[in-house]
Amino acid sequence: MADSLLSLMTFFPLLGMLFVLFIPKDNDGLLKGFTLVVTLITFVISLPLAFNDVFATSGGMHYREFAEWINIGGFFQMNYNLGVDGISLWLVMLTTFIMPIAVLSTWKAVEKNTKGFMALLLLLETGMLGAFVSLDLFLFYIFWELMLIPMYFLIGIWGGKNRIYAAVKFFIYTAVGSLLMLVAIIFVYYYAVQSGADINGFGIQEFYKLDLPYNAQYWLFLAFGFSFAIKVPMFPLHTWLPDAHTEAPTAGSVILAAVLLKMGTYGYVRFAMPLFPDALQTFIPLLATLCVIGIIYGSLVAMMQEDVKKLVAYSSVAHLGFVMLGVFAMNMQGMAGGMLQMINHGVSTGALFLIVGFIYERRHTRLITEFGGLAHKMPVFATIFMIVTLSSIGLPGTNGFVGEFLALMGAFESGLRWYAVIATSGVIFAAVYMLWMYQRVMLGTVTNPANENLKDLNAREIVLMLPLLLFVFWIGVYPNTFFRKMNPALEQMLTQMGHKPAIVEVHNPVAAPAAHATEHAPAGHGHN
Amino acid sequence: MYSNLWLIPFFPLVGSIINGLFGKKIKNEKIIGGLATLMMFLSFLVATQNFLRLMGDNVKTHQVVIASWISVGNLQIDWGFLLDPLSAVMIMVVTGVGTLIHLYSIGYMHGEYSFYRFFCYLNLFAFAMLMLVLGGNALVMFIGWEGVGLCSYLLIGYYFEKKSASDAGKKAFVVNRIGDFGFLCGLFTLFWALGSKGVWTINFVEIAENAHLLETGGVVVTAVTLCFFLGATGKSAQIPLYTWLPDAMEGPTPVSALIHAATMVTAGVYMIGRMNVLFAMSPTTMMTVATVGGLTAFFAATIGFAQNDIKRVLAYSTVSQLGYMFLAMGVGAFSAGIFHLMTHAFFKACLFLGSGSVIHGLHHAYHHAHNHHDDPQDMRNMGGLRKKMPITFITFFVSTLAICGVPLFSGFFSKDEILWWAFGSTRGHWFLWAMGAVAAGMTAFYMFRLVFMTFFGEQKTDPKAKDHIPESPLTITIPLMVLGLLAVIGGYIGVPKILGGSNRFEHWLAPVFEHTQHHFEIHAHGSHATEYMMMGISVGIAAFGILLAWTMYVKNPDMPAKFTAKFPALYKAVFNKWYIDELYDFLFVNPCKKIGTFLWRGFDVKVVDGVVNGVAWVVKGVGSGLKYTQSGYLHNYAVAMVIGVVVIVGYYVFG
Repeated sequence: MADSLLSLMTFFPLLGMLFVLFIPKDNDGLLKGFTLVVTLITFVISLPLAFNDVFATSGGMHYREFAEWINIGGFFQMNYNLGVDGISLWLVMLTTFIMPIAVLSTWKAVEKNTKGFMALLLLLETGMLGAFVSLDLFLFYIFWELMLIPMYFLIGIWGGKNRIYAAVKFFIYTAVGSLLMLVAIIFVYYYAVQSGADINGFGIQEFYKLDLPYNAQYWLFLAFGFSFAIKVPMFPLHTWLPDAHTEAPTAGSVILAAVLLKMGTYGYVRFAMPLFPDALQTFIPLLATLCVIGIIYGSLVAMMQEDVKKLVAYSSVAHLGFVMLGVFAMNMQGMAGGMLQMINHGVSTGALFLIVGFIYERRHTRLITEFGGLAHKMPVFATIFMIVTLSSIGLPGTNGFVGEFLALMGAFESGLRWYAVIATSGVIFAAVYMLWMYQRVMLGTVTNPANENLKDLNAREIVLMLPLLLFVFWIGVYPNTFFRKMNPALEQMLTQMGHKPAIVEVHNPVAAPAAHATEHAPAGHGHN
Repeated sequence: MYSNLWLIPFFPLVGSIINGLFGKKIKNEKIIGGLATLMMFLSFLVATQNFLRLMGDNVKTHQVVIASWISVGNLQIDWGFLLDPLSAVMIMVVTGVGTLIHLYSIGYMHGEYSFYRFFCYLNLFAFAMLMLVLGGNALVMFIGWEGVGLCSYLLIGYYFEKKSASDAGKKAFVVNRIGDFGFLCGLFTLFWALGSKGVWTINFVEIAENAHLLETGGVVVTAVTLCFFLGATGKSAQIPLYTWLPDAMEGPTPVSALIHAATMVTAGVYMIGRMNVLFAMSPTTMMTVATVGGLTAFFAATIGFAQNDIKRVLAYSTVSQLGYMFLAMGVGAFSAGIFHLMTHAFFKACLFLGSGSVIHGLHHAYHHAHNHHDDPQDMRNMGGLRKKMPITFITFFVSTLAICGVPLFSGFFSKDEILWWAFGSTRGHWFLWAMGAVAAGMTAFYMFRLVFMTFFGEQKTDPKAKDHIPESPLTITIPLMVLGLLAVIGGYIGVPKILGGSNRFEHWLAPVFEHTQHHFEIHAHGSHATEYMMMGISVGIAAFGILLAWTMYVKNPDMPAKFTAKFPALYKAVFNKWYIDELYDFLFVNPCKKIGTFLWRGFDVKVVDGVVNGVAWVVKGVGSGLKYTQSGYLHNYAVAMVIGVVVIVGYYVFG
């Protein structure tokens, strides 16, 4: 069974979805219960990955599965090519872990057309898992698209007032990116075929070895980078996010934040960066600038939001800025910090969206001004909210700190020193917008009579928060559980990218502030 | 040998968790408060044991590693502790004073809504503070550093239904975060700077050992230490980041005593002591530290003149006293700075707890008289309390003598040593000394103003309430008496040589500062005669301050009113704290809000979405134009075909 663990894990939700289709549509409880069980079993199936120590010793791909799939006479060949390494491992785990929580969050929230909702959730899970474990670019693309469609419907059907606008915006943004990526994928493939390189369908491991000319890399990186930047989202391509998040149902927001955004960051780490390392050097200053703008911009805009959910959405823009800045540092601290921060963001922001969901279900509004003094009525909720807020702020001892710290430190050690300094000031803004929001929602006295009779969290709600809280502290106190299995893969990736740190060490830090990657970008070896 | 060191922070952590999870169910105040206090006391016992062990040990630096924390690439960080004479002093102060304040809080917080929450936070604070002082590397210290900031936030905002309280908590957190930004930048720079010399570390012992790799007086070391100092100004409320501390008085009084006087706010001073090797390498930073310290000591004292809230006066006095400590650090008087940190912890904790006892008594009396409009913290409602609250008065009075630097009381020894160094050290300057000396006189004035307004003169309390002011219960007065005693005798472990002592305190800390102390010496002309003279001057200035306060508030009580009538603008400026908060709002807070709104409404919605929607609109327009081409009506297609044919044929015929 270990031979086909990834397939089993990936397609188990799809199988579950087929069964969901046969459950009578008015049997709400059964639909939800069944979906919960399916996602839980998927989680259990994925557990051996987390406990396998092979990731701690070897950075390569494990759990490989391979089968020729479509072969049109050497003209077009793609394979069913799966595998997982230390980079995708924790994202896969995050996905299988967050899904049952997302399903639990729908218990009271989704009442219309539950059947469709559950079926789409399961389809979505297959899409996400497939995208993380695909080693064939074309297969990745299929899963990538597969994942967009359910999310589009989740927002468009079960969303809030402006759901259609948000769904269409979400779809157009991502579709534009996807098409560019598709063109780029096909180009890489035919370049490889023409140059007679030893390839294996769209297998990325073979693509890594291609020596693409700088010019081609430049345009290909643009296409991939653009597509993934939308998904991350990086400033200024982020405006779909606040709308999508605000309109999506809670489960949709949780999955969107926890997993879908990670597709963008993962796409950079797995595809855009290692496939086009020379072009990457050219773009790093630009990308790092966008990260830093995203951090400050996202924080400032988040600060002024009137809708709690929108505030959390904008805070995501800032958090993902830290992730990408760490990744672009191209050294161990930065990469590991960025990778860990992807998980952290999934945990913390996922939790924040659940929290917003709790109060929305009670009050059917998310406007900050509608609340105030909730801590009196909901002490358990207040405590959990506080912990999650602190984790989002990145308080030491919680998960957010370790990731943010390493990402910033990595960026500082690399050529992105001054970017890192500006980005570090983001920790101040994070405290401002989160604590101000917490104050206005939770503290003070109850002034709005509608809040007088609010009920504290019930057992289901507490149960679905507890696993998230566990990881808030686990990652904060002992992140090595995660790093030790991440490190070999990251080391291998850095080696493979040819030890091209974003900067060569400069020995006088202050005298050389302008030293950044552009100066060290390779002049495009192998120009054609 | 020191392997039980982890127990010191562990006990309060356990107390915090138990009270946090089950306190609500336990309900019984004695059990909740008792448990928290017991945990602190156990921590104190372990601290004492380790302290004594270290006294008898020839090796003075011990590292204890519990587990690995973060290991990525060349960054290896442990959960590690460091015990040396400096951290030993700190754990004694934190656990000792902490235990007393926990005990005090049982009485003071009696009957408060969510009593357990208070003790949960207070224990958590002790945990964080002990991590801060015991941390063996900069990141464990940072855990404590931000942890104490968090607890400060939670405890200032303890009465969270009050907007002013939650505002103050938030302000404290955010201002501290500005400092933390500096701390992080310093840490990054240091890690990178040492790393580029081949030593990748943030461990304090290794930093001290390898600091010589950096260029003394170089840009790097200056940048690193200035960044760290920014962190210190946040945590220790120095110019320009001091504004949060006076507002922090919104928290319950034991919190003000423990966090905002005795322990947390001294973290910046401790941090400089911990990294003294680095700081000593940069004359620029040292000068900055001394100047900021001196200026803060003076500036905060001016505000103390005109405050009527008893706790606010003490708050500004704390800012001012912390300024002295930084002044000491900046002129290389490291052990004197730590010495003052310790004596200040005694007398200032006692002063705060004493003010708490007064507030507690007045609160009780007002409650009895059903008076809900008078502020029990306003000194204008006090007066003559020395007869009602004798224990509180005596302990408060001796602590006041200590803070004023009256000879033979603890503050005298520490403050005098600082002033002597400020004058005579190689890094000293008469100007630094002058600021310190003048601030000493001002301290004497406003502290005695406080004592006279509160304990002397006629009673100005609401007549209905004034007969019901009780002396506080034993849980409150015992800590007062212990701290009052320490405020008197605590200075005798550091009696300078000139007064016939052997300065055992300096001797004890010598191993910590052995690599740096030789950079800083007292000038050759620092003869005994000069030292005596300087001492005499500072005592004289203090005496003058006390005398002035007596003249204005006891002998001629109408003098202050006349004075304010004569200089209304000056009085108003001082009363309003020189409008610094308003200035900061104008310069930073409001612009940030405006920019945020603009970026959202202006940029995000108009520009970016404008482009996106514009594209969609164009696509839609083109589409709706094109849709006429696919009308589905046969005749339309026929017409189009005819036109097409005509055009093509025409092209070939006439082309």
